[in-house]
Amino acid sequence: MSFLSIRDLNVSLANGAPLLRRVSLDVAAGEVRALVGESGAGKSMIGKAVLGILPRAAKVTGGSIQLDGEDLETLSPKARRQRIGARVALIPQDPLTALNPSRRVGPQITDRLVDILGWKRAEAEARALELLEEVHIQAPDRVMKAYPHELSGGMRQRILIASAFAAEPKLIIADEPTTALDVTVQKQILKLIREMQQRHGTALLFVTHDLGVVSKIAQSLTVLYAGKVIEETDIKAFFAGPSHAYSRALLAATPKYTDPDGSLTPVPDSVIQAVEAEIAAFDAGQMGTVRA
Amino acid sequence: MQIARALITRLITTLVTLLGAAVIVFVVIRVVPGNPIAMMLPPGATDADIDRLKALYGLDKSILEQFWIWIGNVVQGDFGMSITLRQPVYDLVIGRLPATLELSILALLIAVFLGGAAALTATLYRGTKIEGGIDVAGGVALSLPDFLWGLALILVLGVLWPLFHISGRVSPSLGFEFGSNFYLFEALARLQFNVVGDLIAHMLMPALALAIPLAAIILQLLKQSLKECMHDDYITLARTKGYSESSIILRDALPNAILPTLTLIGVQFTFLIGGTVIIERLFSYEGLGNMAIDAVINRDLPLIQGIVLVFALLFTLVNLVVDMTYAALNPRLRHA
Ligand SMILES: Nc1ncnc2c1ncn2[C@@H]1O[C@H](COP(=O)(O)OP(=O)(O)OP(=O)(O)O)[C@@H](O)[C@H]1O
Ligand SMILES: [Mg+2]
Repeated sequence: MSFLSIRDLNVSLANGAPLLRRVSLDVAAGEVRALVGESGAGKSMIGKAVLGILPRAAKVTGGSIQLDGEDLETLSPKARRQRIGARVALIPQDPLTALNPSRRVGPQITDRLVDILGWKRAEAEARALELLEEVHIQAPDRVMKAYPHELSGGMRQRILIASAFAAEPKLIIADEPTTALDVTVQKQILKLIREMQQRHGTALLFVTHDLGVVSKIAQSLTVLYAGKVIEETDIKAFFAGPSHAYSRALLAATPKYTDPDGSLTPVPDSVIQAVEAEIAAFDAGQMGTVRA
Repeated sequence: MQIARALITRLITTLVTLLGAAVIVFVVIRVVPGNPIAMMLPPGATDADIDRLKALYGLDKSILEQFWIWIGNVVQGDFGMSITLRQPVYDLVIGRLPATLELSILALLIAVFLGGAAALTATLYRGTKIEGGIDVAGGVALSLPDFLWGLALILVLGVLWPLFHISGRVSPSLGFEFGSNFYLFEALARLQFNVVGDLIAHMLMPALALAIPLAAIILQLLKQSLKECMHDDYITLARTKGYSESSIILRDALPNAILPTLTLIGVQFTFLIGGTVIIERLFSYEGLGNMAIDAVINRDLPLIQGIVLVFALLFTLVNLVVDMTYAALNPRLRHA
């Protein structure tokens, strides 16, 4: 039984342009699922649709999102917000902009516990200190009182990770959580996310470009192209040989992490044309079903 | 160390500003046509009479000499005598200042409340007809200057529906004995709510006239800053935590959006104080501005100088308060 279950999700712009094309995706409890695809494929859109933070221009036009067997569409906006706040958390892409510059760090970790989940302030603060230690921050009591601009990018990402785990969510959505960081810090943060995920048994939807990272962290994988799921498989099968030509080309285009300087084969034009044709055929089919 | 240096710099700029204002007004009112002596003497006065009066007020000396004498006295706390009212300028100005201060501050509070509430509401309902309506109201508020709003208010709330008093500061029929010139403040402190009501009924229209254009300016800038903040990542993150749109606007966006508005309010508040001159006249409100107009009409040189100095001092004080608030609200400055 998966904790997150997305079925046939359609998201489109006001002018009808589709951003997600009947996306189905599951994340089982405690599972790490990687979501890969080129820039603009709609990876972030999936996370945003789940979290209820789609841009104003984009609307869900079909399908369902179930959380623990409960269809989010059936909830009132307020109930939905609070359900998400209690059970799902986001580790954002850019730690430099994801903390409020005019508030101290401590309250930004404890606020969800106090305001949404009704914890006592003292309990929430004790919990925050504990979490900051867990993400290997020295002098956590000092960091709690600091303003974001006083801390490095790596520190801020650790704080955001601590904050994401604060309410013991069942699912964490990490949207390229390391791309904004230095290469050396990237490795540490990635290790930390995996460590925290395993210790807390949290399910993780991990959005990334980097198939090298996927092999290290995920058990299953979804490949997205132009808002459509191209391939959905477990990691072993994928690295043994993806079934879709686009996935194979994507894998070939990734430098092996044992040989990072090895030659890169960009996704060949013929493969792009084939997958574009597939999307066009899918859209034509959709038109048919709408008319029928 | 840094704070001490900042304070000294501040003190010096304040003194230079005041001196500049003093020089300018001193020279200007002596260069423009019309002189106080002519106003004071009956028709048919002889040249000897004129010379005698000029000597009495020191007007026979050169402007530079007059300035030195005046500044020398001011430094010792002596602002001279009003020519027309024959009372010490200091007493006159201090007596009227509270009325103007109360009016300006009431107007400022109204402007901040109206402008702030409108900006927050428009942000909450951005992209809807409510935002459109608020924008239109803001545009209308900005299309007229304060004194025309004063006239419009007199017409509507003073004549058509006479809800408020159109002139004066307090009803004499109340027979209330004030111990200070801060009428409103005193009545509030003494819990005399019928007096407070009467004072407000007098002050509301002039205060509104001053507040309406400022409220619109606050609305426009604050709304703009708020809307920009609403795209920031920490706002999105707060949404995922389960917060409602209104609490996100108040708690996360407002503190980050407010600084430019604060600076603007500081500058605009000095304009508002300047606006009291005409507004007080329009509503026969017994304040400093009203007295300033009489002083100018009568060429009461010492009184004009005294009033201008007080206004200049007020402006620098307002700027000081704004800078301090700015530093207190911005963590990045606080730790720098
Ligand atoms: N606010 C918006 N208004 C309109 N279109 C948008 C908006 N945000 C994103 N899009 C479009 O939605 C599509 C999917 O965007 P999304 O951010 O999900 O891509 P992504 O796969 O996360 O890419 P990246 O790897 O660059 O983050 C893109 O084509 C993008 O142009
Ligand atoms: Mg993205």
